[in-house]
Amino acid sequence: MTPLPRDSILSRHHWRLGELLWLGAAVACYFAFPEYLALGTSVLVMVLLVQSYDLLLGFAGVLSLGHAVFFGLGAFVAGWLALAGWTEPVSVVLAAAVAAAVLAALIGPFLLRLTGLPLLMVTLAFGVLVFEAAHKATGITGGDDGLSGIQFKPIFGIFEWGLGGATSYLYVLAWLAVLFLLMKRVAASPFGVMLQGIRENPARMRLIGNRVLPHLTLAYVISGAVAGVAGALFTQANAFVGLGVLSLDTSVDVLVMLVLGGIGSLYGALIGAPAYMLLKHFSSQWNPFYWMLIIGVLLIAVVLLGRGGLLGMLQWAARGFRRGRA
Amino acid sequence: MSAVAFILLYGLSYGLVLCLIALGLVVTMGLMRVINLAHGAFAAIGGYVAISLMQQLGWPYVLAVPAAVLAVAALGVVAERLLYVHLYQRSDLDQVLVTIGVNFVVIAVLSMWFGPNIVRMELPSYLKGNIDLGIREFEIYRVVAAAVCLVVIGALWWIFERTSTGARLRAAVDNRGMAQAMGMNVPLLFSATFALGCGLAALGGVLAAPMLPIEPMWPLKYLVLVLVIVALAGHGQVSASVAVAVIVGIVETAGRYLFPQFGGFTIYVLLIGLMVWRPDGLLARRRTA
Repeated sequence: MTPLPRDSILSRHHWRLGELLWLGAAVACYFAFPEYLALGTSVLVMVLLVQSYDLLLGFAGVLSLGHAVFFGLGAFVAGWLALAGWTEPVSVVLAAAVAAAVLAALIGPFLLRLTGLPLLMVTLAFGVLVFEAAHKATGITGGDDGLSGIQFKPIFGIFEWGLGGATSYLYVLAWLAVLFLLMKRVAASPFGVMLQGIRENPARMRLIGNRVLPHLTLAYVISGAVAGVAGALFTQANAFVGLGVLSLDTSVDVLVMLVLGGIGSLYGALIGAPAYMLLKHFSSQWNPFYWMLIIGVLLIAVVLLGRGGLLGMLQWAARGFRRGRA
Repeated sequence: MSAVAFILLYGLSYGLVLCLIALGLVVTMGLMRVINLAHGAFAAIGGYVAISLMQQLGWPYVLAVPAAVLAVAALGVVAERLLYVHLYQRSDLDQVLVTIGVNFVVIAVLSMWFGPNIVRMELPSYLKGNIDLGIREFEIYRVVAAAVCLVVIGALWWIFERTSTGARLRAAVDNRGMAQAMGMNVPLLFSATFALGCGLAALGGVLAAPMLPIEPMWPLKYLVLVLVIVALAGHGQVSASVAVAVIVGIVETAGRYLFPQFGGFTIYVLLIGLMVWRPDGLLARRRTA
């Protein structure tokens, strides 16, 4: 039997060197920057959220501007459960994932019939609608004040939630590693290949006998569930949920991070989210509007100069390096 | 009765001004098929230019408004030549990303120059006050703005539906190569059309300033409202856009007047319902599948 080429879809579920290096770097950051672990935790949460969006946009080609709805739902479900007395952290995360998945399954069949501008508009309007509803429903969401005083039991009954985010950093990293593996499996499965086929040509996929809408809906459900997990982790790490998790800015941020990192490989999130979050954190100490200027120019440049974002540039540099040595 | 008159009058004048901004977008997005999320940026720039001309240079209102429109149209030509020209053949996603990037840059520059707060548009004294319309008192400004909008909308309808320029534009969008082979100067046509769209945005932004106040976040804040109209109207239809804009204006006004708590929702519920029901636009003919 001939060995599969390295970049074949069917070999995608193997661990790659770069992935292990990334995980190693994430663990190294735990020891190297103990004073920045709170920031590091929020970066990891965003990596997970951006990956869930990559599955939807990069693989299935669904351009949605309402992804914050699932993130926010997960975050608020975790907050509600904790305040109601269900404080076992892992099961709360799973419950948040189920809630987000159910929402995706309910709205997916309506939204995913649309493509292009109508899809963009409806997801955008849905996101704004949910945000405004949460803003008005102060009894449930706390309105502008959000939900605070959220406490969880120690993880597995052993690891206490300490100050400074040391526990939550490793906890989120563990979730990220597990879900990354699962999403890689999904992307490498026949189902993942089917999604790419739908992205490239939905009409042809329908003509050769595939049912497009159920596949897209399932992708939406998986992506929504992972985004819900990211939301619940956000709540657990911060012991707080605010309306910001539902805002349009979150949806746009996720899109921008994914594009800066590189679309369609699940790897873009690993680079784009940290680069964006760290740049934002350190540049917002100047004028916040410089930040918008930087990100606007970067976005235009990345799209117009070539595809692939930071990841594409890294790969290009690596190829050049290899060629230079040979 | 008074409530109905209030909703109809305010909704109609609001809808017509929205329609003017939206028509600019119908031109750039509907006709030229570029998902132009930066449309609001041109409207906001128009508002800022007009306010600066009046406040810093002391120009009268009737001069400052056309000057702002022309300035933004010129800016539109520059933007089209430098940026949008690269987007015509790109995917939806690329168009969305680049125009979001343009929004960010414009918001950043506007807030660096003019500060992050709302800038008030001072109206001349002859546009202030009320006029008796027979049914009830109504603001003069809104009557004048609605009248200007009606005239411009009529002119646009005539250009697109009744002149050869409109026919050329539709031909160039549908089949660029063939249009060029027939001897049309397609790049010039596109630049001019884009400038027209930006000028309309600026005019709409200036006229809407008393209702949608000018601030740096304007391009993102009111983008959804305008996109709603274009999306509901379908691709590049002037008459459908006017109808949809007036409906949106009236629904939005009625929602805010009748259910103040939930006023902001009505328009989004309307949008989602209509888009799921009629993805190709409200007045589009049903496709025979």
